[in-house]
Amino acid sequence: MLRFAVIVAMLLFTVSLLLNLYRMVRGPDLVDRILTLDSLYVNAIAIIILLGIFLGSTLFFEAAMLIAMMGFVGTVAVCKYVLRGNIIE
Amino acid sequence: MLLALIILLPFIGVLLPVWFHRHGRTACAWATALPPALGLVLLFSQAPAVLAGEVRRFSLNWIPELGLNLAFRLDGLSFLFCLLILAIGLLVILYGRYYLSSDDPMGKFFALLLLFMGAMLGVVTANNLLLLVLFWEATSLSSFLLISYWNGRSDARRGARMALTVTGAGGLAMLAGVLLLGHVVGSFDLDVVLASGELIREHAWYPVILVLILLGIFTKSAQFPFHFWLPHAMSAPTPVSSYLHSATMVKAGVFLLARLYPALSGTELWFILVSMVGLITMTLGAVTALFKHDLKGLLAYSTISHLGLVTLLFGLDTRLAVVAALFHIMNHATFKASLFMAVGIVDHETGTRDMRLLSGLRKYMPMTAMLGLIAAGAMAGVPLLNGFLSTEMFLGEAVAQRVLGGWSWVIPVVAVFAKVFSVAYSIRFIHSVFYGPSQPEALPKPPHEAPFFMRAPILILVGLCLLVGIVPNLIIGPLLAAAATTTLASPLPYYSLAIWHGWNLPLLMSMVAMVLGTVAYLNFARLLRLWERLPAVNAMDAFENFVHDVVIVRARQVTGRLENGSLQHYLSLLILGTVVVAASGLWGLERLNGGVPLSALDPPSVAIALIMMVTAIYSAIWHHERIAALMFLSVVGLGMALIFARFSAPDLALTQLSVEIVTIVLLMLILFLLPPRSPNDSTYAHVVRDGLVATSAGIGVGVLAYTVLTRPQQTISDYFIQNSVTGGGGTNVVNVILVDFRGFDTFGEITVMAIAAIGIFGLLDGMRLFDPKKDPNVQWASDKYPLLLLILNMPVLPLALMVAVYIFLRGHNMPGGGFIAGLIVAIALILQYLANGLRWSNNRMQWDYHPLVGAGVLLAGLTGLGSWSFGAPFLTSAHDHFHIPLLGEIELATAMLFDIGVFLAVVGATLLILANLGKLKSLDTASEENR
Repeated sequence: MLRFAVIVAMLLFTVSLLLNLYRMVRGPDLVDRILTLDSLYVNAIAIIILLGIFLGSTLFFEAAMLIAMMGFVGTVAVCKYVLRGNIIE
Repeated sequence: MLLALIILLPFIGVLLPVWFHRHGRTACAWATALPPALGLVLLFSQAPAVLAGEVRRFSLNWIPELGLNLAFRLDGLSFLFCLLILAIGLLVILYGRYYLSSDDPMGKFFALLLLFMGAMLGVVTANNLLLLVLFWEATSLSSFLLISYWNGRSDARRGARMALTVTGAGGLAMLAGVLLLGHVVGSFDLDVVLASGELIREHAWYPVILVLILLGIFTKSAQFPFHFWLPHAMSAPTPVSSYLHSATMVKAGVFLLARLYPALSGTELWFILVSMVGLITMTLGAVTALFKHDLKGLLAYSTISHLGLVTLLFGLDTRLAVVAALFHIMNHATFKASLFMAVGIVDHETGTRDMRLLSGLRKYMPMTAMLGLIAAGAMAGVPLLNGFLSTEMFLGEAVAQRVLGGWSWVIPVVAVFAKVFSVAYSIRFIHSVFYGPSQPEALPKPPHEAPFFMRAPILILVGLCLLVGIVPNLIIGPLLAAAATTTLASPLPYYSLAIWHGWNLPLLMSMVAMVLGTVAYLNFARLLRLWERLPAVNAMDAFENFVHDVVIVRARQVTGRLENGSLQHYLSLLILGTVVVAASGLWGLERLNGGVPLSALDPPSVAIALIMMVTAIYSAIWHHERIAALMFLSVVGLGMALIFARFSAPDLALTQLSVEIVTIVLLMLILFLLPPRSPNDSTYAHVVRDGLVATSAGIGVGVLAYTVLTRPQQTISDYFIQNSVTGGGGTNVVNVILVDFRGFDTFGEITVMAIAAIGIFGLLDGMRLFDPKKDPNVQWASDKYPLLLLILNMPVLPLALMVAVYIFLRGHNMPGGGFIAGLIVAIALILQYLANGLRWSNNRMQWDYHPLVGAGVLLAGLTGLGSWSFGAPFLTSAHDHFHIPLLGEIELATAMLFDIGVFLAVVGATLLILANLGKLKSLDTASEENR
């Protein structure tokens, strides 16, 4: 049962990855693309966790944790640039 | 052992003259004379055995894998040359003591002279062809340094360069020839090579080997058409000219002819090449010598002529010619060295060497005039002097040979022609300098006789000329026999070293040459006018123009075409080259699929691959909009991390993720300094070209990966998996490979990273850049440090540090390690700069980052060195289990220390780069704030 749920969830997240791709390509704005990248990071966390559950391995969870903890730094840097035209002030 | 000592002594003694220089010039000369004097004693101790036909050998392995051994042999031929080198060397040292003025650095001169002596002894005694080439090059180098001894003079430097270029190029050709020869014979051992004459001569490569080795010989011995360097080498001090450029070094070429005679001679090609080159050189040298006004120039061309004579003798097809050649080598060394010394005296005491100025010096230096007269007589081949004997032998063989078939009579005729000029220039040498009216007022210095000890070497050499000329058998009979036996590698033909052989053809030829030579000198003025009508060629200028043309003009043309300043051009050349190499390798395959079944496709992987491909293409399309392109690129990076996770490489996924984030921050810092849009400056044709190159490279890599991965393969990972726990004390194979099995690689990598970081620091330090103009139409946010970011950032730092410690500690057994932990810490700290600004962060992080980088590399290095103290090789790790309260059982390996080094280096390097880039553009902002 769990296995089935994981597979369905993975397929759903795959669809959302593809939707992210659509938004990335279409834009139309730089802000859209920044948000897409952030959203991709979130989806990536889900995919990695699901893969770990599917394979019955905890080895991948650190990668998910790393994205959760650090993934936003890139977004912050680009946002800061869009807002202020500068990153480190 | 004694043998090796003879060769080593000059090298050991090289520093003696430098040390003794401060104790005065006489002490310096004594110290210099010590090594060759000892060497001479040792050499004489070997004389009875060697003259009896024995060959003394000494061998020590050097690089046996390459066939290079420190092997020496002392046979008749080497003995003869060793004697010349050491004995004339001693006389030259004595002469040099008085020749050099007190301003000249005598220590340097004698040190170089000893260096040359050792190299030359090495050439003549080497029993290994590669060793011989090595010493051969050493003689070229020391000759270069000696010619340019007066390095303040432009002609000395130019002459030295030319000599080095010509002899060095010849040496390279010879090396190629020797390598081929060694390949054919299967050994570089001279004993083996000399015994394989038949094999060599019948091999298909024989002509190539012969020509290459002859190139080396002809350049060294100044044979036509490479003779032009020798006259320009005369800008060396006269003792050097006398020693290197007449008595010894230029004889290295003809020595090699003798040495390799058993192996290479005896073919049509040998006879034609060697005899013709010798004949041309002999004639050209003799004719040119007559018209040189500079005394040293005359002697230089005369030397070329006599070397040509010796070469010609080696190229004749009679066995006696070899005996004559060796005999003439000895005789020439004695009379030519003494003549050079006499010229040195004239130059020294009058200040000029121009024969048009010099005249009647007999009155002022009667002894020198007498000695010069006898030596010049030997050069001309006057009876009762040694030159006469070898000239007679030469003429005899010139008549006896049958090298040119029906045209063989040409050689004796040309020989007599050259002899005429030889007689004429000998007469000119003596007559114009020492005889005629004396006119001391025309000379730069008032002439007077040289000190006795400066004349003593000439006296000894001239004495030898006389002794050999009168009682040849007594003086050099056994020596000549031993040398000739070695060269011919068989019992000697009959010959007699007597002065009187009765009335015969050679004697007649000699007499004709004497008479015609005198007539030629009497008509010198007329001949000179004829000579001056010939177009004058300055060898030096011609040579330098040639070198300039090849090295500067042509080379620049080629470089200019390849290196045109366009980065796209270089990149396309590089990529196309790679494509061609890979494609040609794949061409030979029957089918690309190697038979390993492909794994099944799953939707997430397909989606990720699709995302990566599309965004990669879009990052290229959008590259003018730099920030957008960076977004696309980041998606590709994230996709890569997911692919790593999908294919069970958690370590790589972790690393890729952290690197990805650092990259975004780094690129944003740099993009800030660039305009947000880059102009369009590629033409349509360029875009098409680059697109084609990129596509072919992409397809190429894809095909290559497919081909390799579908083939069953034996990997080395099994070894690592089996040995990781037992050998490295960790279950995470990747980390154990990084810090243990391949620890040396990691050490190199962090060193490179540290160097790069410090290089960037050095470049950015003190750099002043202004903020790019902000677009005034954009409504910029007023909040410098957004509150949400400030609050969010607070818990992230301790959290990140904790995670870093965790990742670091578990690294040895589970995914993680110092590299990833270092990146996490660096990201967390960079976040402080982003959220709180530069000033706030700098106030709280008041340390410099470069000591951190250094400490990391140092710690890693010391850990590696630590294993030495336990007698283990560099970077051997030790590990054991420990029980720590609260944490429980834990396995610690010394690799952990190494990993801390990696950690520190990564943190330091990343922050050094990022923080300095951040600081760079804030200078302007900072000045704004201060206002």
